Amino acid sequence: MFESMLFTMVALVAILSAFFVTKCRNPVNSALCLVTNFLCLSVFYVMLDAPFMAAIQIMVYAGAIMVLIVFVIMLLNIGSVGKSRYTHGLLGAGVLGFLFFIIAAKFVAGGEVANRVGNVTSQVVLDYGHTELIGTAMFTEFLLPFEIASILLLVAIIGAVILSKRKV
Amino acid sequence: MISVYHYMILSAILFAIGTFGVLTRKNMIVIFMCIELMLNSVNLTFIALSRHLGNMDGQIFVFFVMTVAAAEAAVGLALIIAFFRNKESIEVDDFNLLKW
Repeated sequence: MFESMLFTMVALVAILSAFFVTKCRNPVNSALCLVTNFLCLSVFYVMLDAPFMAAIQIMVYAGAIMVLIVFVIMLLNIGSVGKSRYTHGLLGAGVLGFLFFIIAAKFVAGGEVANRVGNVTSQVVLDYGHTELIGTAMFTEFLLPFEIASILLLVAIIGAVILSKRKV
Repeated sequence: MISVYHYMILSAILFAIGTFGVLTRKNMIVIFMCIELMLNSVNLTFIALSRHLGNMDGQIFVFFVMTVAAAEAAVGLALIIAFFRNKESIEVDDFNLLKW
């Protein structure tokens, strides 16, 4: 009962803050609403027995990516748009967004999620620790994607440096 | 009880709101923020299904989605800064040189 109450409240906050991201005139307000949404998702990850992913979500998304976005907003000195229009194509975008939701809801309602195929239950997460479970999977079965991700980050750093130079 | 279907419907709602934001706003940075919203909704689906199926594969994939999102944030924001340096504006309506 407590879990469903918590889920409903946090889901409402997440949906409201997501809606305000698309609606605020000032991009700094949008950024703050997006941080609220990320924190709500962190609460969901803890409820889903994934505490390590909740911590990583706060550190990477709310802590690094949003700081970068707010930094760029402040650097380019973008204020409120004033009286001019800041949206376009509301009706078409609303129809398309609703269509995406209907398609996704049909997928959810039209099938059944398979039964448990693995052996990681809540008790296993409590016994071994979530970090150890992710570490075991990451360094044995998913080692190649892990190494490729490091190369991806290197390429992204080089790309960001080159794109922001004044004279290449 | 909160089943996996609740999380999947919530993720679909967040994805639809993100799509609405990408198609609606003119400011490039707000469009980028709505793209991050869509990525996060997919992360929520992955972790909910991973807990339901009892497998760690979904959470490993979320790890890599977060890595790719961070790299994309760095490069995308550098691109936005380059756009701003060129034209003093970051509204998508102003970049229409390729339009017929």
